[in-house]
Amino acid sequence: MFTRGLRNFPAHGLHTHFGELDRMRRHLDQIFGQLGQPAAAARSAGVFPLVNLTETQDAYIVRAEIPGVAADKLDIQTMGRNLTISGERQIEVDPKAKYHRRERESGRFSRAIALPGDIDREKVSATLKNGVLELTVPKAQAAKPRKIEIK
Amino acid sequence: MTHHDEGKELQVGKKQEVSGQAEQTRSGPVFIPAVDIFETHSEINLVADMPGVTPENLNIDLRENTLTITGEMPPYEGKDEEDLLIEYEVGQYFRQFTIPEQIDQDKIDARLEDGCLNLVLPKAEAAKPRKIEVKSP
Repeated sequence: MFTRGLRNFPAHGLHTHFGELDRMRRHLDQIFGQLGQPAAAARSAGVFPLVNLTETQDAYIVRAEIPGVAADKLDIQTMGRNLTISGERQIEVDPKAKYHRRERESGRFSRAIALPGDIDREKVSATLKNGVLELTVPKAQAAKPRKIEIK
Repeated sequence: MTHHDEGKELQVGKKQEVSGQAEQTRSGPVFIPAVDIFETHSEINLVADMPGVTPENLNIDLRENTLTITGEMPPYEGKDEEDLLIEYEVGQYFRQFTIPEQIDQDKIDARLEDGCLNLVLPKAEAAKPRKIEVKSP
């Protein structure tokens, strides 16, 4: 076809240049990647707390690092397939003390996570241990993989 | 004691990773814990965020004037778990501080609560500021 030929003609010459650029970009990414940018950060939603989501056959497991948040300052809710973790991190400040470093932040947070399948809302369990929240969210019967027997 | 920044939205803080190879003795990423350090006339307090670290995986070492904190987050995932979304990684925590004052090493108190290390370093008697009274004749 004529149109195809027209489109292909300039692209043919440029193709190698783009290929070269692409290779350079990938190479640069590799170099900067080694400077300690964790790959996970790119996929992060950028909302506190950062969350790791895994699944087993029967459940989704949600984990979040929330150091310094007491269990009674934490609120976890489910709505359909959505899970919301909200709370507040409070840091006590001694007004008479002299501060050398102040890197830890305080404040409120709220994070919503959409789970990929239907869940059994009645049986969600949560533990908070060493500043790590772990939620086990059982999958709804319909969302579980079912093995089909061949007779 | 008062709460500061009340009502503020908490921002996501990326875990700071040590990029130098020299400090690494084991495989896996090494993170720098966020700390608050404050001082009163009798002690130095250090609070470090180290989520996932258990007391048995935490090591505090004070040698000469160098305080070293290392902690390990054991891998948490079960064998039959598959990753769907991974926003944070686990590994080790490592941070060193120079403590300028003389510390009463026998009275150091370390507590790990909700993933935060609370370290109280009492100053030795000699290092405490002493007020010298000026007498008028």
